[in-house]
Amino acid sequence: MKITDAQVEYVAQLARLELSPEEKARLRDQLNSILEYMEKLNELNTDEVEPTSHVLPITNVMKEDRVEPSLSREASLANAPNHEDGHIRVPKIIE
Amino acid sequence: MAHVDLSKKSASELRRAIQARELRAVEVAEAALQCIAERNGQLNAFISVCRQPALEAAAAVDAKVARGEELGILEGVPVAVKDNICTAGHPTTCASRILANFVPPYDSTVVRRLRQAGMVIVGKTNMDEFAMGSSSETSYFGAVHNPWALERITGGSSGGSAAAVAAGCVPLALGSDTGGSIRQPAGMCGVVGLKPTYGRVSRFGLVAFASSLDQIGPLGHHVEDVAALLQIISGHDPHDSTAADLPVEDYTRNLGRGVERLRLGVPKEYFIEGMDADIRAATEAVIQFYVEQGCRRVELSLPHTDYAIAAYYIVASSEASSNLARYDGVRYGYRTQGAGDLYSLYARTRAEGFGSEVKRRIMLGTFALSSGYYDAYYRKAQKVRTLIRQDFERAFAQVDAIICPVSPIPAFPIGEKFDDPLQMYLCDVFTLPASMGGVPGMSIPVGRTRHGLPIGVQLLAPHFKERTLLDLAAFYQRHFPEAFDLVK
Repeated sequence: MKITDAQVEYVAQLARLELSPEEKARLRDQLNSILEYMEKLNELNTDEVEPTSHVLPITNVMKEDRVEPSLSREASLANAPNHEDGHIRVPKIIE
Repeated sequence: MAHVDLSKKSASELRRAIQARELRAVEVAEAALQCIAERNGQLNAFISVCRQPALEAAAAVDAKVARGEELGILEGVPVAVKDNICTAGHPTTCASRILANFVPPYDSTVVRRLRQAGMVIVGKTNMDEFAMGSSSETSYFGAVHNPWALERITGGSSGGSAAAVAAGCVPLALGSDTGGSIRQPAGMCGVVGLKPTYGRVSRFGLVAFASSLDQIGPLGHHVEDVAALLQIISGHDPHDSTAADLPVEDYTRNLGRGVERLRLGVPKEYFIEGMDADIRAATEAVIQFYVEQGCRRVELSLPHTDYAIAAYYIVASSEASSNLARYDGVRYGYRTQGAGDLYSLYARTRAEGFGSEVKRRIMLGTFALSSGYYDAYYRKAQKVRTLIRQDFERAFAQVDAIICPVSPIPAFPIGEKFDDPLQMYLCDVFTLPASMGGVPGMSIPVGRTRHGLPIGVQLLAPHFKERTLLDLAAFYQRHFPEAFDLVK
């Protein structure tokens, strides 16, 4: 398959990436050459194969439900680019 | 003050000398900081240096010695930490603009364990941005240079850690390996690197790239030191549910014994057309050595090796696109200026904060997970991952370890493959399968090409059999110490 300009546009929007026209064109070409290589996987019949999401046979790791020390509000906000009165500031969301 | 040449001493020798009061831990830390100050202009191996905390940690070790207390196995030893591993109160940038000012409010579990063990963290090492790369060129802070040939790459993504060890500035460093990011730079820089079994070491506080593959591990000059560092960082962690709740073996006692009876698998798919002739010959010579010592050579096939690159880049990019969604300019990290609405705040922050390789993988991963393509790409890749995992299961029913090259080519010139992502991905052909199978892998230096570039050989073992890798490697180092010599 070939990725079109419209698909690059759509995927960039899903990924929340603002791309310049040059970046879009370059990514379209690079993704196409990478995806062409990925076609290789279709040489394999995997109809009867279960997918592996994780190599270790670990499921439902439980731990005791108990309150432990956590970060202070000050420490949590220390890296925020813009905050005020204990809240993080962002552009207006509701019109 | 006595000058300490760190390239001449193993970590265990340093620890012994500190315990015996022949050296002070502060002198050793100063020597590491001095080496970084002298070499980093050329190498660009470190993004930041932890001078004051290092000297304080070292002084605490000296005080302990003065009180007559017994030191731990690596107490007082300087160590470098890859800059995607969180250090409380000290910047952790992931070599990305988007985290350039990020100061973690907490320590990763591995860093907490280093501190508890009395190790002295001297600096944070450079890497490919978000560990995405095989050359340590994609860093926002510029490429890392190989101490063996400054115009060449170190390999990646843990290139800074490998270069720091190869330059003799630290005897040990931590890296992370998602598709070969410890083993490949270790090989290209002529040092020892170990990727533990997925789940052996806690990932808590490791900035996530591909969560089903990421694993922290040690790099070093001496196998016994790498074993000791693995001992310190391994084990269960309530903060990481994927950190296996299994006992940690003793990695250090009687290291290098009992190798003579091992069955070594040689997979034919790892000796391919187009690979460097010197790398092929060096790998064959190492196999021959083990056979002469009594190991049994078993010819193997890992038939799905050739599909690992395609499957890996789909799985890893998909997981990355999800993990990196958190960088939105809201709670921490870089934020664009003057965005009028929330969507532009996100989209512009990410456009300005991420470099080109990271954007490419986010795009690839987002595409592979998007509606209509999920089954054809992501699910298909996960199924192929099963086939790769089964290749290893079948192989390890017959052999105790697998021996093969780390990389088909030695360190290439900086810039050579930078604009051709697919050519760059193809360099990972020998490291990706083990990552997909979650098996432990180790790179050891075994010689140099006719052009003087380091060659690494890769050893692979079944899940949680790191001890087998360390025994084989220690045995080799005992017989060929000169192969581990650092750059002069």
